[in-house]
Amino acid sequence: MTDHSIQVAGGREIVLPFSKAVEISVRSLKIRFGRSLITTSGIVLAIAFLMSVWSNNELIGSLRQANKSEINLLLQKNGIETLASEAGTSSEEAQTRLEEERSKQTWLISLSLLVCVVGIANAKLMSVTERFREIGTMKCLGALDSFIIKLFLLESTFQGAAGTMVGILIGLLLTMLLAMLDYGLFIFTHFPVMGMLRSAVAAIVAGTSLSLMGAMLPAYKAAKMEPVEAMRSDS
Amino acid sequence: MASEETKSVETTSAEAEAEAPRSDEERRTVVRTQQVRKIYIMGSIEVHALRGVDLEIYSGEYMSIMGPSGSGKSTLFNMVGGLDKPSEGKVYIDEVDVAQLDAYELAWLRCRKIGYIFQSFNLIPVMTALENVTLPMVFAGLTSDESRDKGMHLLSKVGLQDRHSHKPYELSGGQQQRVAVARALANDPAVVLADEPTGNLDLKTGTEIIDLLREMNESSGVTIISATHDHKMLSVSDRVVWIKDGAVDHIALREDLKIEVAEVAGES
Repeated sequence: MTDHSIQVAGGREIVLPFSKAVEISVRSLKIRFGRSLITTSGIVLAIAFLMSVWSNNELIGSLRQANKSEINLLLQKNGIETLASEAGTSSEEAQTRLEEERSKQTWLISLSLLVCVVGIANAKLMSVTERFREIGTMKCLGALDSFIIKLFLLESTFQGAAGTMVGILIGLLLTMLLAMLDYGLFIFTHFPVMGMLRSAVAAIVAGTSLSLMGAMLPAYKAAKMEPVEAMRSDS
Repeated sequence: MASEETKSVETTSAEAEAEAPRSDEERRTVVRTQQVRKIYIMGSIEVHALRGVDLEIYSGEYMSIMGPSGSGKSTLFNMVGGLDKPSEGKVYIDEVDVAQLDAYELAWLRCRKIGYIFQSFNLIPVMTALENVTLPMVFAGLTSDESRDKGMHLLSKVGLQDRHSHKPYELSGGQQQRVAVARALANDPAVVLADEPTGNLDLKTGTEIIDLLREMNESSGVTIISATHDHKMLSVSDRVVWIKDGAVDHIALREDLKIEVAEVAGES
């Protein structure tokens, strides 16, 4: 028979207010900024790659839709099928070429994102091992397993979001610079705002959720740490 | 030196008796172990870290657990502090069998009933002194105003109210440990567990911490259980439990301790 008399005095609760969790996570990121830069740059590069491909597709698509002779000339010079020339060839061929191109891109992007996630998981796992004392201490102060998970996942989400934003900017910039060389100022007159926004949002979702996924196993391991670990004298 | 210690020990116990004469029947048991055994299985070998320990720790007392490395001192300490479950036997904290508690109840126990002090201070590096002290209060659901007030009060009790906004790396070892003492008292626990609290401190700072712990023990009546090598702890403890080879070798009362110190000084 379990005697629950210890719970009668004081409140029954153990809480970690969300604002406090956010505060702790942000500060933990800041203090480890230097070390986490490598993983974050992995996210930046992968998302930059993603965004540059997507934004390039959007831009080219917008230029094609315009169907203006001077633009079409530039497109053809760069080996891109224009709507005018497409009328000649069978649309089926054009479709398959497009699909092949797309699937190659998807394959490359998926691979780079996968490498990125593995890197995040590895770095997070190392971070958990480093922070055994902190985690053990928090549990001695009464932190529930769920608090530890929350803290680590929040950290990863913020890191992912920050890296993704930078990656999106870099990817977009890259696309615009390269496109300007080929198509000049048309990229500004025919800038596909909605399409770019869609790509950016999709990139944010992809980058942040992948960072989250990479951190899940490490966060779980951290949460399962025993409080007695706080007393270990070695690393 | 020995005579000075004798004098202070005798004065303190006289003072204590003048204040509140405590008979054995009046004293409540806050932690109790019953034939506690701990067996570690390393491959094909069984290591008996604890061999049937019976111990009763009374409310408000200052108890030290002493013993050489490998004696089972740390294992017993972990049992008594709810950090580990025995292989056999029972541990009761406030008459509740610790082995029966689920994860939530254990966390509640650690948050509200027990305060921990570590050898390596274990302050959260990203938080200021005040935030470290108030973290257990956050877990206990106090509002930020309540916790701030209480935190500042505790910091002033340990003499660090002016350093409340300093992070651990801006504090000396002794100061960090004082913050840790304040943190341990955050939710008015029944028991404070100190694992080698002076292990990483020099002689002077170590003595300060021991005196601080004794002060807290006397002013608020909180039970203090410490596992230590430090013989300076002997003079402030009400009782000392000597552990040898996983069992209680003997328990010394404060009156007997003046003889102990002389013996120990000879041995070490």
